[in-house]
Amino acid sequence: MSVPGTGSFGDFVARAHRAGKLVVQPRMGVSDPAAMRIGLLATRKATATAVGTITLDSYTRMGDNANARAALAAGIELNGYPIVAHDPAVTRSVLDGVAGPDFPVQIRHGSPCPEPIVAALIQAGLHATEGGPVSYCLPYSRMPLEDSIPNWARSCDLLAEVRSTGTDPHVESFGGCMMGQLCPPGLLVALSVLECLFFRQHGIRSVSLSYAQQTNSDQDTEALLALRRLATQWLPDVDWHIVVYTYMGVYPRTPDGATGLLEEAARLAVRAGAARLIVKTVAEGYRIPTFAENVAALETAALAAEGCLTIAGDPVDTGIHAEASALIEAVLDLGPNLGAALATAFRRGYLDVPYCLHPDNAGRARSYLDSTGRLQWSSIGSLPIRGVVGPTDTAKLTAAGLLASLSYVERTFDNASLEQEFQAVSDDSSGSTGDDRDPDPGNRSPAARQSA
Amino acid sequence: MDHAAGKEVSADGLSVVLTSVSSDSHTWNLVVLQLVLEELGHQVHNLGACVPDELMVSKCLRLRPDLIVVSSVNGHGFHDGLRLIRQVRSHAELVGTPMVIGGKLGIAGPGCDRSRAQLTAAGYGAVFEDGTGLAAFQSYIGRLAIGQAS
Ligand code: B12
Repeated sequence: MSVPGTGSFGDFVARAHRAGKLVVQPRMGVSDPAAMRIGLLATRKATATAVGTITLDSYTRMGDNANARAALAAGIELNGYPIVAHDPAVTRSVLDGVAGPDFPVQIRHGSPCPEPIVAALIQAGLHATEGGPVSYCLPYSRMPLEDSIPNWARSCDLLAEVRSTGTDPHVESFGGCMMGQLCPPGLLVALSVLECLFFRQHGIRSVSLSYAQQTNSDQDTEALLALRRLATQWLPDVDWHIVVYTYMGVYPRTPDGATGLLEEAARLAVRAGAARLIVKTVAEGYRIPTFAENVAALETAALAAEGCLTIAGDPVDTGIHAEASALIEAVLDLGPNLGAALATAFRRGYLDVPYCLHPDNAGRARSYLDSTGRLQWSSIGSLPIRGVVGPTDTAKLTAAGLLASLSYVERTFDNASLEQEFQAVSDDSSGSTGDDRDPDPGNRSPAARQSA
Repeated sequence: MDHAAGKEVSADGLSVVLTSVSSDSHTWNLVVLQLVLEELGHQVHNLGACVPDELMVSKCLRLRPDLIVVSSVNGHGFHDGLRLIRQVRSHAELVGTPMVIGGKLGIAGPGCDRSRAQLTAAGYGAVFEDGTGLAAFQSYIGRLAIGQAS
């Protein structure tokens, strides 16, 4: 028995996009099946055009189903849903009457060995997932690429068989995120395109290309438009769309800061013509979010998207398209088998992810944030982009310097929110309307803050 | 990153094994903690992400570090950390090696006193939960370095 009539994930997103609606999606996963069902229902009921997510736990991601089962037996709550440890009938009962053509559900995992996961999602009647041979290996494991790549090839082959049931399976590349932060956009864009080409080589006909919001919204817009151009060029014969991830690095800790960053991501997605957005919640900086926090994030994002009408014009070309193109072509030149080409590219340092500790990553490329908050290369190692990037600038890496770069977005949004609160408090206590702002904020006494 | 470690605390500072737990793939925590320790003058063997228990134990048996630092933020750190220290302490050579843990150890925000007490009872010399800041860790390291040198 499978979930009846589940339509394809790609179709759902395409229909929403044509209707002018940004599809919003949470990261959501708990170990208890009954609770998982409640979470999916809450997502479905949100005032938004939403798709559902089942995020898997860390044991299942590592293929450590023994520890996942032990935790279930001991009643220990995991950081996601252990789809392999649960019986397929249990997962079908989670989805029964919830997942369907009007509410597709995607499995989000983070596994370099996803065959058992793909088998389990197919058994549960699902057909959409996420990842890639590189993006679910380097940031998610110590497994050699030589193993992750064939694992992913077999998993795509397996998922592609779902097409015979009448539904087009969908795979989203996680290449646009990698370590979550401090990876210059050109490399993120290139990896997204390359992984989607890999999926296509393994029989997948419906894909999405990801890009995670970074540190500067002009740079992000340029990156997303480059991603669109490259997808049009390289994926002419498959169904594809672009998905934006709300900031994937150290997240603002104040509720207003967190919400402000999410709203900016929603506007970025609309401006750049993306079809889908993965949201982040106010709990991001602290712990796994509750369902209520996730629903609030979905609704906030949907509202911000609705209110945003401007479509981006042509942003200043700082060379992201040229950089991504050079990377993609350098990998494709290594041979017709994309899996083998990706492995060679990492061995030679043609692809090299800053700050990634994985043994197969060359680790010679480095990045930094410039004074305008744009991500730049400080060293390109063997990346084949010497002709297209400007001069690089190596400063000594220190703990304080790295922490400052990692917390740049958090500080920007938290400070804005604290500043606002401070203004509100002092405006309040001085009876001011806020029109005649004190030109010297230093005059505002701490007492004003305490009176709130 | 690896080098043969001596048992004596020398001008090279402490020999520290820095490790994630088996289920946790986060590495920014490891990158930053390595820099913090190196800036204090210590030698760090960073074992990276998703370290299987057996690998971690065999590295420690070979390196005989002065300190083992366990870092985890994925929410499984409490359980993985308890399992890990039992494995480490089952080896006579590692029974007395100082071992600390920190990060975001549970999935519901900073844990209760009971979970901290369980970790200490299992043998962790200190528990640095998220939000503690790095100053407490730095002063712990300072005390350990002085203790070992004398
Ligand atoms: C970047 C990131 C990622 C990247 C990581 C890339 C990589 N390889 O490192 C990606 C996107 C791949 C990722 C994946 C996942 N992530 Co993540 N991630 C984050 C994020 C956004 C930032 C973490 C970060 O880089 N911090 C910067 C470093 C420097 O700070 P730190 O990690 O907090 O470490 C500092 C302190 O905690 C402390 N510390 C840490 N350990 C120790 C040890 C000692 C001894 C001491 C003294 C101090 C100490 O000092 C460190 C240095 O300053 C956080 C949320 C946030 N903070 O905003 C979530 C977060 C940590 N991730 C989370 C989760 C659950 C996951 C996943 C399991 C997916 C999921 N279910 O949602 C997977 C991991 C898969 C696995 N096998 O475990 C959760 C953890 C929830 C919890 N503990 O309750 C968080 C909090 C997000 C959330 N709210 O859900 N993630």
